[in-house]
Amino acid sequence: MDQHIDIDWTSCQGHGLCAELLPEHITLDEWGYPLVDGRPIPPRTRKRARRAVADCPVLAVKLREDRAPR
Amino acid sequence: MTALFTDVYMPPRLLAPGGTPADLTTHEQRYGPLAYGDPAALLRTLAESGLTGRGGAGFPAYRKFVAVTDAARRTERAPIVVANGAESEPASQKDKTLLRLSPHLVLDGLQLAAAATGAAEAYLAVEDGASYLQSAIAQRRDPVRVQVVRLPARFLSGQAAALVQYLSGGQARPTHPTPPVRERGVRRAPTLVQNVETLAHLALTARYGAEWFRSAGTPAEPGSALCTLHVPGREVRVVEAPFGMRIGRLLPLEGASAALVGGYHGTWIPAAEAARVPLSSAYLGAGVLAALPADRCGLTETARVLRYLALQSAGQCGPCLNGLPRMATAFQTLATPGPQGTARTDISRWAGLVEGRGACHHPDGTIRLVRSALTTFASEVDAHAQGHCTATDRTPLLPVPTEEI
Repeated sequence: MDQHIDIDWTSCQGHGLCAELLPEHITLDEWGYPLVDGRPIPPRTRKRARRAVADCPVLAVKLREDRAPR
Repeated sequence: MTALFTDVYMPPRLLAPGGTPADLTTHEQRYGPLAYGDPAALLRTLAESGLTGRGGAGFPAYRKFVAVTDAARRTERAPIVVANGAESEPASQKDKTLLRLSPHLVLDGLQLAAAATGAAEAYLAVEDGASYLQSAIAQRRDPVRVQVVRLPARFLSGQAAALVQYLSGGQARPTHPTPPVRERGVRRAPTLVQNVETLAHLALTARYGAEWFRSAGTPAEPGSALCTLHVPGREVRVVEAPFGMRIGRLLPLEGASAALVGGYHGTWIPAAEAARVPLSSAYLGAGVLAALPADRCGLTETARVLRYLALQSAGQCGPCLNGLPRMATAFQTLATPGPQGTARTDISRWAGLVEGRGACHHPDGTIRLVRSALTTFASEVDAHAQGHCTATDRTPLLPVPTEEI
């Protein structure tokens, strides 16, 4: 099953750690909020993705396992 | 005051004839008593009817009902049903009108929804008219008790997740959409939120059957919808019209340059094109249709609405919080004849940054309005850049609540 990065926009405060940990999937917009590329997370990147989830100061990064993006 | 011409476009289904509110006796004489039948048969009728939500999203009602009953079975929790009469959109009058004229149709639908999903708790959420509805409820002997709740008058109060938050004791603000309210809603119970008009259609469909419901509208989009019509110089009207009817038949567009279809999260369409567009849930939103006369400025109207929408952001999601006020300010620049600087490209870029990046659809709906305005009023943007506006009448047209200072 594919894993995708999902942002809880009501929690995200634009700390930007996720973009540092997963630069190939997450960049920051002009206000500092994450721009997620939407591609599935390949197996070799999953460990770092889990860290991005755990390290977000407000726990706004989610790993979503599913078939279709929201 | 909202004028009523209930039988102009089709025999009235939902709105009590003559514009006189129907009390319980009149209601029962008109439609006959409510028969519950068994829940499975009711769900089947709902599926066959093809009824979709009338709150703006147009989601098939049957699929929502099934999702709620499935979640209830899975979690072993009794679901909760909510009739959504918030109608927070300033230009929309149809839910208020329906609740005033035909409260018992909505209450019938709410009881049917409770019966079909096995709910033991029901809410009716409104911004005003709570005491009127409470006395309507007191006349009835319903199996499931209905609590009327007054919502704060904000644009997003009627958003399903915000409504659920409020009913759970929190603030009326949208939440992260996973898990959805149909799985975890009011006090974490699976929750069915349906617009009041959807429930009124259900009340009639349960009585007369799916075939009857489908006798209006088109095979792909059966049934009818309540619409709020804004025609300059006339009273705001609420009418019922079948899907598939051309907008030009509903909304007089002579002397108009454009029509706003679907309200403040809707689409500006040039008048000639709008006249031919059939009524469809794809862009009808909650049913607001407004004609823009050729002597008014569509950019000025959009700028005013956009400022209102930016102020109505719940301020929770970064892209919406940052993008909407900036877009509103830049749009005001476009609405003012004179140099525009980078306003046009800024708006396009910010629209892209805001799209799909929020907990609710407020940013998406807002940029739909913005993008359609930039397309439909493109030549007016050019005229403004040259320092002149083609409009001669600057009186504000679309209703926007006065700002609290």
